[in-house]
This record gives sequence, C-alpha cells and structure tokens, in this order.
Amino acid sequence: MLAPTIWFLFFFVAPMALVWGYSFGENDGLLGVKITGTIKNYAQAFDPEILKVLRESVVLAAIATFVCLILAFPVAIAMTFASDKAKSWLLLLIMLPFWTNLLIRTYALIAVMRTEGLINHSFEWLHGIAVMVGIPVGDYAPMPLLYNKFAVVIGLVYVHLPFMVLPLYAALDRLDRSLIEASLDLGAGHLQTMYKVVAPLALPGIAAGLVITFIPAMGAYLTPDLLGGPDDLMIASLIERQFKRANNWPFGSALSFLLMYITMIFFVLRSYFEAKGGKVAVH
Amino acid sequence: MANDDVIIKIENVTKRYGKVAAVDNVSLEIKRGEFFALLGPSGCGKTTLLRMIAGFEVPTEGKIFIDGVDVSNVPPNKRPINTVFQSYAVFPHMSVFDNVAYGLQFDNVPKADQYQRVMAALADVKLDHLADRKPDQMSGGQRQRVALARALVKRPKVLLLDEPLSALDAKLREAMRFELTALQEKVGVTFVMVTHDQDEALAMADRCAVMERGRLMQTANPSSLYEFPSNRFVADFIGSVNLFAGKLVVDEPSHAQFYSEELGGKVFFDHGVSGAANENMWVGIRPEKIEMIKHVKKGPTPAMEDCPPDCNVFKGVIKQISYLGSESVYEVMLPNERIMRVTRPNLSRWDQEDFTWDDEVWLCFHGDSPVLLQN
Repeated sequence: MLAPTIWFLFFFVAPMALVWGYSFGENDGLLGVKITGTIKNYAQAFDPEILKVLRESVVLAAIATFVCLILAFPVAIAMTFASDKAKSWLLLLIMLPFWTNLLIRTYALIAVMRTEGLINHSFEWLHGIAVMVGIPVGDYAPMPLLYNKFAVVIGLVYVHLPFMVLPLYAALDRLDRSLIEASLDLGAGHLQTMYKVVAPLALPGIAAGLVITFIPAMGAYLTPDLLGGPDDLMIASLIERQFKRANNWPFGSALSFLLMYITMIFFVLRSYFEAKGGKVAVH
Repeated sequence: MANDDVIIKIENVTKRYGKVAAVDNVSLEIKRGEFFALLGPSGCGKTTLLRMIAGFEVPTEGKIFIDGVDVSNVPPNKRPINTVFQSYAVFPHMSVFDNVAYGLQFDNVPKADQYQRVMAALADVKLDHLADRKPDQMSGGQRQRVALARALVKRPKVLLLDEPLSALDAKLREAMRFELTALQEKVGVTFVMVTHDQDEALAMADRCAVMERGRLMQTANPSSLYEFPSNRFVADFIGSVNLFAGKLVVDEPSHAQFYSEELGGKVFFDHGVSGAANENMWVGIRPEKIEMIKHVKKGPTPAMEDCPPDCNVFKGVIKQISYLGSESVYEVMLPNERIMRVTRPNLSRWDQEDFTWDDEVWLCFHGDSPVLLQN
C-alpha cells in the first residue's frame, strides 16, 4: 500500500499541485513564477479568442468521436462473431498502431494525403485515363486534403479509432449470444435485432467508447499541429504556446486545468452511464 | 403427405463440423401434439439436432420438413417454431410484458390484440401479476416462465426446449416437470425437448429418441426404452442394468438359452429371441427384476418355476448395501468376482429378511426378465 501511495504522491500529485499553484500565479522576471493567488489567468481564458479555440477543439473532437463510432461498430461486431483464432488476429491488427510511434503514423498520413501524395496521385492517374478515353474532364487540380479541419478530423479518427473499437468489442463480446438467437427465433430480422437488442445492451460500451475517445481527441496536440492549417488551432497547441513561445507558465497552467475540468465532467458522465448500464449487463 | 399426423420430419440429416459428424444420418418423425424428448449424454448431437430444427444450424446433408414444408434453408425468423433457450435468453432491458410482446410485432398483430394475447400467455404460465417487472428482479424459475410465455404467445407449430430444467434446483425441477406436461396438454402445441437427464425424459415425454455420438440409437415411448431396449447403449444409458457378455446356445421360436462366461452360467429366455447364434452378445438384467433369497447351508437350490433347472439362479455374497430410503441397492459378488446389482423395495419399516454384509444369497429371475442385446 505504501509504495504505490508514495509513487502516486511524488509523480502525480506533487507535479499537478505545482501546476495548479502556477495557475494562480504571475510571471516574476524572465524565469520565475510567483504564486500570488490571482484568478486573472482563469479570467483571461474567457477571452473570446480563447473560447473560440476551446469551442473548435470540442467540435473537432466530437466529430472525430462520432466518425469513430460509425466506423468502429461494424468492426466490433465482426470481431465479436469471428472465430476464436480470427479474433486474436483482429485484436492484434487493432493494437498494432498503438505500438507504432505517433509521429511516424502522422507523417505516414501526410505522405498519403499531401498534394503529391498517394491519394492525389491515384486520382490524377484515374483522371489521366479519363482524358485518354476522351471524357472531357479538364485539367487535374489536386485536392487540398491537408492543412485544414478535414485533415485534423481524419487524423484524429485515424489515431483514436482503437479507443472506440476496444470498449465496443468488450461490451458486445460479453453479450449472451442466445439473446441474439432468441430475437431471430421470435421473428426479428438481423437489422431489427441489431437495433432492438444488440444496440441497447451495448449502450454502456458505446458510452465508454465515446468518453474514452473524446477525451484524448480533445487534448490531441501532435495531430492538429501537423495536419491542421494555421487557423485550426486546438486547445493543446495553445497550451504548448503558453509554456514555450509565450513563456507564460501561469496562463498555460490555467488552460491545462480548464482542459482537465472538462475531462473530469466527461469521466463523471461515464461513471454515471456505467452505473446505469451495469444493471442491464448483469444477466 | 403420407402421414399428416407428422409435424416434423427429419430425413437423413447429417451435420459435419470439419470431419466430425455431430449428427450422423438421423431420420426421425415427430407427431403433431406430442411431447418428444431428444435424450443422450453430452456431446451426442441432440442440441445440434435441435438447433437445426430451430434454424440456427443448416444441415450438411438431408432435409427437415415442418408440417410438410421443406425448411432446410429457411432462416429461424421465418420458421413456425419457437425456442426456450437453456439460459432462457430473456431480454434484460425489457419488462416482462415487453419480452412477451416482442415476437408479436413481427407477426403484424394489432396493438389491441397484442395486449390480450400477452396477458393470456402470461396467465398460462402464472405470471400475469408480474407483467411490469424487469427480468433482473426475478428468480430463475420465473425467468423461465417468461421465456415460455414469450415463445408460446407466437402460437408456434412446435415449441423447442433446450435443457429446460437443468438450471433449476431439485425441488423446483420436480414441480416444473408436472407443470410443463400440464402446460403442453393445455396449449396442445408439439413440444420437443433436449435433455441429458433420463429421469426427466422418461417422466415428461410421450416418446424419446436416444442419441449417441450423433446417431439415433432408439426411438420409443419411455416404458419401451426401459423394458425393451434395442441395443446395449440404450439399456445401459436408461436406468441401471447388469450386463454380461456371452453367446446364444439355444435359439428356438419359443425359447432361448444364453451362456455367459462372465456370469458363470446360463440364462433362459421364455420367448424367442432373434439373434445370430454365434455373434457376441450381451444379456441385460434390471436390478429390480432380480429376487434375492437367503442361502441356507445344505438347503436345496431354489428354482424359478418358469425356468429349466440350472438357469437364472446364481450364487453370490453381499458386498455392499446402499440404503436409499424407498429401496436398497445390494452389490452381490458372484463366485467369479463379478458384481451383480440388485434392488429391493423397502416395503415395510423393518426388513424382515434382514440381509447384511457377507450374507450368502441366491439371485433368481424369471425367464421373461432378461433382455438380449447387441452392440
């Protein structure tokens, strides 16, 4: 009991407390921070410019989370009904990106999506064929796939899809198979069974997936920084700027804790859903 | 149709998983309105056969007809059949009423009629007072009733029951046996039950099919299965039996004699048996059909009045006694150290004969008691 408590105190509580303290402080000279108990840093966060970035972050993360849900549901269903051997392979495929460096994955995505990238090249090639067979399609203009909000959402979905697949799969796999058979037996079709039996019973898993995906997507730093345009700032990039370029640790700390409060709200929501869904999942 | 009393016809059905045949060339006819049991040890293929009737598995070979219609390739939601699952599979997110009403929405039953039918089905299983409950507030027995009502409300031609009593405790199981047979008589639907419990099958079913390793061993009513088993597996699986290998030495139309080295003597049949005389066979004797008589020193060898001398009378020593209340089971060792099992009902509160360990006894049975068995 003692060792983990010490570990927790030294490596989590102490640094967090320090940053929390900074959020009530002021710059003191070039390097120092004086904790004065001011709330001016938090007040500063309600500046319309900052609020716009916060809102943008929530919207982008929410869109990415929703797209993840749409993509992950069929994947989780396929995994649930796969044979035991196929199941472990599919799980491995889902886990594989986790073991690959985020930077490498993001640059790989850039290589695919840039103007000279795989997608644009493929379309240019198709375009060339169209021209050759005489379809009047004009000149090929490369699609602007990168450095915009679209790219950020694609990047967030790409990185966070496993966060959605795993809780969904866990919820679906726990489902008593005979419930599905009972629904078919009673005359329901496959889609009706999905809608009336599988989805309601997978609700706790869906809620868990939404929260687990949304929270890291909301705090994503590298993805919007590399894939987004200059206007597509997310909150994490803003925080980074305060700590580095702006050398405003107190304001950076306050923004960090604002992000953390938002995160906490979602965790509370999640545990509420779990307590509610837990009752359903017992039998 | 050749016989419109037949509701389910299974024609040369085989189900293979890879190279293993879970169900091996089974042909079977189930009659309209009967309570039919598929009986066998676990892994014998009975559940696979049930799942093929329900439509969850497709036969590798052969055909299944329901009421004269070939349903081999009809999905489960299009079959006039409903199932009570072993785990009951009651939908946990719906109330009892919604569970029972679930299947009706796909039959285009008007909303007003739905209410009547659901409540009537719940009344049939004595649950009409719990219509608003959620399944997690109910006992296992109550959830099973929900599953029954949910299936019967669809008015299926056949109701399938997968090990319906296996999850209940002993007392409830006994009560449910009577209730299920009563319910079946009341609703008049053909019931097909899968069970590994022979007592359950014998007590409830009008007819049973005994399966082993995917093959059908015998289909008959309960008393025929017990008294006239058609092979060694059925004799051994249904109830308790003393089995001794040997061969036929006399095979006449009116009587037969069987010699068994294992038994150390001859068994007389007072009726003709049809069996090849030199084939390896078994004789089976049920423990309750053996009479046990105290051996008196220098007394005469007893004789069964309908048997020739030296037949169906064997000497032994009591080695084990299991007192079971209504009866006692004696394990009697024959001179060649083989064990013969004998049961005696405890007709009075004191056992007048007072058999005890190491008593020397005679074991006798009539000429109509033994059965001749092949593999």
